[in-house]
Amino acid sequence: MNDRHIYLDHAATTPVKPQVLEAMLPYFSDKFGNASTIYSVGRESKKALEEAREKVATALGVMPREIFFTGSGTEADNWAIKGTAYANKDKGRHIITTSIEHHAVLHACQYLESDGFKVTYLPVDENGLVSPQQVLDAITPETILISIMFANNEIGTIQPIGEIGKIAREKGIIFHTDAVQAVGNIPINANDLNVDLLSLSGHKFYGPKGVGALYIRKGVKIASFLHGGAQEKGRRASTENVPAIVGLGKAIELATQNIDEYNKKLIELRDRTINEVMEKIPFVRLNGDRYKRLPGNVNFSFEFIEGESLLLMLDMKGIAASSGSACTSGSLDPSHVLLAIGLPHEIAHGSLRITFGEENTHEDVDYLMEVLPMIVNRLREMSPLYEKVKRGN
Amino acid sequence: MGKKKVLIGMSGGVDSSVAAAVLLEQGYEVIGATMQIWPDMSEEDKLTEGGCCSLSAVDDARKIANMLGIPYYVLNFKDVFEKKVICYFKDEYLKGKTPNPCIACNRYVKFETMLNKALSMGIDYVATGHYAIITYDEDRGRYLLKKSATQKKDQTYVLYNLTQNQLSRILMPIGEFTKEQVREKAKEMGMHVASKSDSQEICFVPDNDYSKFIEEYSGKKISTGNFIDTKGNILGKHRGIIHYTVGQRKGLGIALGKPMYVVGIDAKNNNVILGEEKDVFSNTLFAHDLNFISIDKLEQPMRVKAKIRYSAKEADATIYPLEDDLVKVEFDEPQRAITPGQAVVFYDGDIVVGGGTIKEKSNIPET
Repeated sequence: MNDRHIYLDHAATTPVKPQVLEAMLPYFSDKFGNASTIYSVGRESKKALEEAREKVATALGVMPREIFFTGSGTEADNWAIKGTAYANKDKGRHIITTSIEHHAVLHACQYLESDGFKVTYLPVDENGLVSPQQVLDAITPETILISIMFANNEIGTIQPIGEIGKIAREKGIIFHTDAVQAVGNIPINANDLNVDLLSLSGHKFYGPKGVGALYIRKGVKIASFLHGGAQEKGRRASTENVPAIVGLGKAIELATQNIDEYNKKLIELRDRTINEVMEKIPFVRLNGDRYKRLPGNVNFSFEFIEGESLLLMLDMKGIAASSGSACTSGSLDPSHVLLAIGLPHEIAHGSLRITFGEENTHEDVDYLMEVLPMIVNRLREMSPLYEKVKRGN
Repeated sequence: MGKKKVLIGMSGGVDSSVAAAVLLEQGYEVIGATMQIWPDMSEEDKLTEGGCCSLSAVDDARKIANMLGIPYYVLNFKDVFEKKVICYFKDEYLKGKTPNPCIACNRYVKFETMLNKALSMGIDYVATGHYAIITYDEDRGRYLLKKSATQKKDQTYVLYNLTQNQLSRILMPIGEFTKEQVREKAKEMGMHVASKSDSQEICFVPDNDYSKFIEEYSGKKISTGNFIDTKGNILGKHRGIIHYTVGQRKGLGIALGKPMYVVGIDAKNNNVILGEEKDVFSNTLFAHDLNFISIDKLEQPMRVKAKIRYSAKEADATIYPLEDDLVKVEFDEPQRAITPGQAVVFYDGDIVVGGGTIKEKSNIPET
């Protein structure tokens, strides 16, 4: 339908970098050995696995033996939450999280609620920020886990993780952060931040899909999630997905090497987009904190239009963007995050998330700014509500 | 000018799949879409079926779209569907009527909400896999809705609400096909849905158990009431008016020594009126909420063929305009089980004249 294709949905997933793919390729057919075996082709795999572990540990400022590979970010979240809950249930059955978590955290918490755990879902302010004081106030003698996302996948808001980590550490409560959107995009030192558990996912920073990791600080009590063989010190059974793990290791290495330069570039594209959209399109709202947000994240609500129609028209113009978290069927419900920051139902419906990445350029923003105001305008022309507003109520 | 763009509603069935293929052959730029209309699944169902997105209709439609190489989207119509179809369905039953939800869905969801959405996105037409023909008649200066080539499959009964504006933006590409031709074409093209069976039931009511659905959905216990005869004498207890429909004989749960039929439902007094077979027949009905297609409006009596339910045979009748969006329909022969809430659709040969909702039967006793 359109010759031009621009990918502006890096929070959904990213393309695998050529260097990452190159690093992975030998481990499919040449060096295919099972990392748990003793012979040389197996030892090669084991070596690659441990090198990848070191790379992840270096990126997070922690020890390699504290890194456990998983099948995805979602698995890491589920493991962190359910594993901690079940291993510490004799101490208490209360968990603190927020109302804007990814569903991997929210639904895991809801599952635990059905099994007798109590969960506090902290509200957020209009920018999507959690207040450390509220975290402190929510703690009870029963609290065993605090799980708060590092950066939000929809509105990009970055939480005060360091402050919350300090509170959790002082109170002796396990602190998990879902850092799937943050790792590889902003510098993170899990140790300095007093984080006990941290989830990450390879495909959010130009690594492959189907691989993630959970950082488990030494000494944290957590139950195994997958029972079986002795892989990952017996804590996560399954033959290791060596090619994917190698890819994740290479990707996190590349991402952290260039992180400042990468951030600078994305912030430039982000801020330019924010400024131009706010200037050129009336009745628009920027969702999330203006400054405490991921470098590549832009999230707008356009009044009087449906996000669904907007996304379809952008797609027809070759622009891949998103409306927040989408169900795999591709059908959109108003996002729980936008509702949590206080947007009315109908405005939450008209939202657009743009997330920039490595391959985006100013020409992409030029094209976006050529197309977006036109589409918003067209959709509004058909809206009876907008007609009323234009006529001065 | 580039190609005209069409948004085709794809249900995952063979008809809309073939319709999409035909549009491509006709040279349109085709965009596929499935309306997501079902309310969220219960937690219990998720354990056995998997949650949203496992809908096989979506899977089938997506597979066909991929095969045809057209873009495909799932569009969320849950809110409008719930309001305009499910709630209406429930309310009508609670009022003692027998609604037709497909007519409401076509009117408000497919050809209003979906059509407007398509137009607002710069798409020229909406298409569906309905068996009906839309043509433009130069002499009358009007769009006409005509019966499909195959009488057996004709779906004009559920489409009589279409306005001239809507008709000018709707394509029904398989109206000239028979079902056999559609299946044949699907098979030739290697479509996996070629022999998929037709949907029969109300799509949002599991197991077609609509009374259970209404009870659960409305959250109300449906109260029992009295069976009465046409003179108002109490004959026994009924299980709640939603369990009955006009013309029904089986499953009344009452033995009266002779065959008895539901001849009316009086929701106000919570009575179900029973009568003998002859009482089920009637010559007259009133219809409101009218829409006319082949004419602008009914100004004088008109001879038509009228159809009082989807599966009914057409019958000769005269329609008389009354004031205030009301017509009287006088049949030449008495009709069986004229049911308030159902639609009556008027035909002139193959052409749909118009239709409306059946309002009341002339022989409901005052109680």
